[in-house]
Amino acid sequence: MSTTPLLEMRGINKSFGVVHVLHDVDLTIYPGQVTALVGDNGAGKSTLVKAVAGIYPLDSGEYLFDGKPVDVHGPKDASALGIEVVYQDLALCENLDIVENMFLGREVKKGPVLDETTMESKAREVLKSLSVRTVKSVRQSVSSLSGGQRQTVAIAKAALWNSKVVLLDEPTAALGVAQTRQVLDLVRRLADSGVGVLLISHNLTDVFEVADRITALYLGRVAADVATQDVTSRQVVELITTGTSTDFDGATAPSAKA
Amino acid sequence: MTDIISDAEEAGFANDRTQSNTLGEAVQAYVRRVRGGDMGALPAILGLVVLFIVFGLANDRFISALNMANLITQAGAIIVLAMGLVLVLLLGDIDLSAGVTGGVSAAVMGLAIAKHDLPWTVAVIGALLTGAVIGLVIGVLVSKLGIPSFVVTLAFFLGLQGVLLKLIGDGGSVRVDQEVIKGITKSNVPVTWGWILAVVVIAAFAALALRAHRIKVTKGLQHQPMAVIVAQIIALAVVVLGVTYVLNLNRAPNPGFTIEGIPYVLLLVIALLILWTFILGRTSYGRHVYAVGGNPEAARRAGINVDRIRVSVFVFGSSMAALSGVIAASNLGKVSTSSGGGNTLLYAVGAAVIGGTSLFGGKGKASNAVIGGLVIATIANGLGLLDQASYINFIVTGGVLLLAASVDAISRRRRSASGL
Repeated sequence: MSTTPLLEMRGINKSFGVVHVLHDVDLTIYPGQVTALVGDNGAGKSTLVKAVAGIYPLDSGEYLFDGKPVDVHGPKDASALGIEVVYQDLALCENLDIVENMFLGREVKKGPVLDETTMESKAREVLKSLSVRTVKSVRQSVSSLSGGQRQTVAIAKAALWNSKVVLLDEPTAALGVAQTRQVLDLVRRLADSGVGVLLISHNLTDVFEVADRITALYLGRVAADVATQDVTSRQVVELITTGTSTDFDGATAPSAKA
Repeated sequence: MTDIISDAEEAGFANDRTQSNTLGEAVQAYVRRVRGGDMGALPAILGLVVLFIVFGLANDRFISALNMANLITQAGAIIVLAMGLVLVLLLGDIDLSAGVTGGVSAAVMGLAIAKHDLPWTVAVIGALLTGAVIGLVIGVLVSKLGIPSFVVTLAFFLGLQGVLLKLIGDGGSVRVDQEVIKGITKSNVPVTWGWILAVVVIAAFAALALRAHRIKVTKGLQHQPMAVIVAQIIALAVVVLGVTYVLNLNRAPNPGFTIEGIPYVLLLVIALLILWTFILGRTSYGRHVYAVGGNPEAARRAGINVDRIRVSVFVFGSSMAALSGVIAASNLGKVSTSSGGGNTLLYAVGAAVIGGTSLFGGKGKASNAVIGGLVIATIANGLGLLDQASYINFIVTGGVLLLAASVDAISRRRRSASGL
């Protein structure tokens, strides 16, 4: 926390028609840390993620990257900054293999021809750096992979582009115990490599296991923004469901804390 | 080999193997893939062998040099049309108007030559442009308005038949007398040049395959065992030299005449096969076509302009249809009001699907069109030689198409069950 934030959103407001989804939301993502974004259904998690990813324009608020204000008007601006999003439904092409999926839309070319050699080597390199051991071959088609392996590929794809910030939308939602373990390990390694990770999750066990900080949303407002070791699971549940926690002194708006 | 495996271990893939070590393992892996439902062109190749045996036994004229040359010229138009349909099918779309698009384009060419005395090059370009424009309109209607391609192209199927009637006039036809156009199917490559081309094709394939293999080995990438590469080269050499030999025999039915050499249409098909194999397999455009066919949403999120891919595929598909119409006109010597109608389209769809292209999108190759087109042409040719009534031809071809679609659907289910 001594480092400057990699990505900072200040006082974000976003409405859809008359529905005011995000109220003065602050979000901070630090390099090398996993920040968990928790909140009940409808708390505004997805909207916030899409605002960060540039899919939704902000009504008001500041968007700072590396401490400098930036204009993000679309997904391309966000990915140009080094922000990658792994959506819940993964968006992989089942008929393509792992390498082809990881480079989809950003193929390496030699003149007009695809440079398969470079792409396969790079894909191996990234999977190696993330210590991915579960895939049999980088040339196997995605349709042959399990849910956990697909999640792994999607995360590795996000890590491939020297990304600085990776947003993960419910990466363990559909996974079994062992696969969840693998994905959480991967999330940790991703952060340890210096990437700022934002983990959206409903599963507090996962959150407490892997996250360094927790940002709790309640009805479109930030209920708490705390270091994981300062809170208990019960307090976080209270923050998610009621917006406050009786015996938690840090449960004030982060603006007051700062 | 050991250092490759240790490399892989170093790379952190506990189970990753950059190659199946032996020919035996490669064969086993292939058998597993086929069992798992990933059959590719295998059913079509087996079907072709069976058809050749059956028709060969039933009629001794079937396996003659003359008939083989006929078979190839008959298959040409079907194969080229099917290649265009493979593109459209890769997206999970269908083009029911492809046949009549070919007819209309051929009529444009025929009229340009016969009525307006334009050079054949201009006429053929006109035909290709006609196809491209039709494809453009279909593509825009499908991708921008979101009308299912089935409906748009059904409307074009009807509408373009009207256009063809208007262009040619009721019941009439346009003769195609131009030497070059007729030559596509009626002229042959000189025997010596045929042999030279055959050797060049084999040598080029061998050189490229060996070079790719060497690069993969030195960089420690996934590759096939050398024995498989050699087997592929030998198989290609046998087929190419065999076909060249048969076509270079004198096949004139009457003594005193000489008809020999590879029909030019075969060179055209091979050139198109190489072109589309290259585009689909080696360029990012081809990769994007597969991606859009596999998962349009994933493609869109990867920054691929899905609409542009869809429109371009219809443009290319209809241009191939136009070319197919030109070949058919060359073979027939005329363009009539029924050109491209009837069973033309179903033959081509059948060819693509029999060859191993999936009706569900995302899976298919240009070579599928060639193998499937040969199957369809063999059925038509063989049954014709047996003097069967044409109703048999329709029933058999329909049955084969249904069989191929069933194989596609079943193999798709097995693939998802076995996770291949």
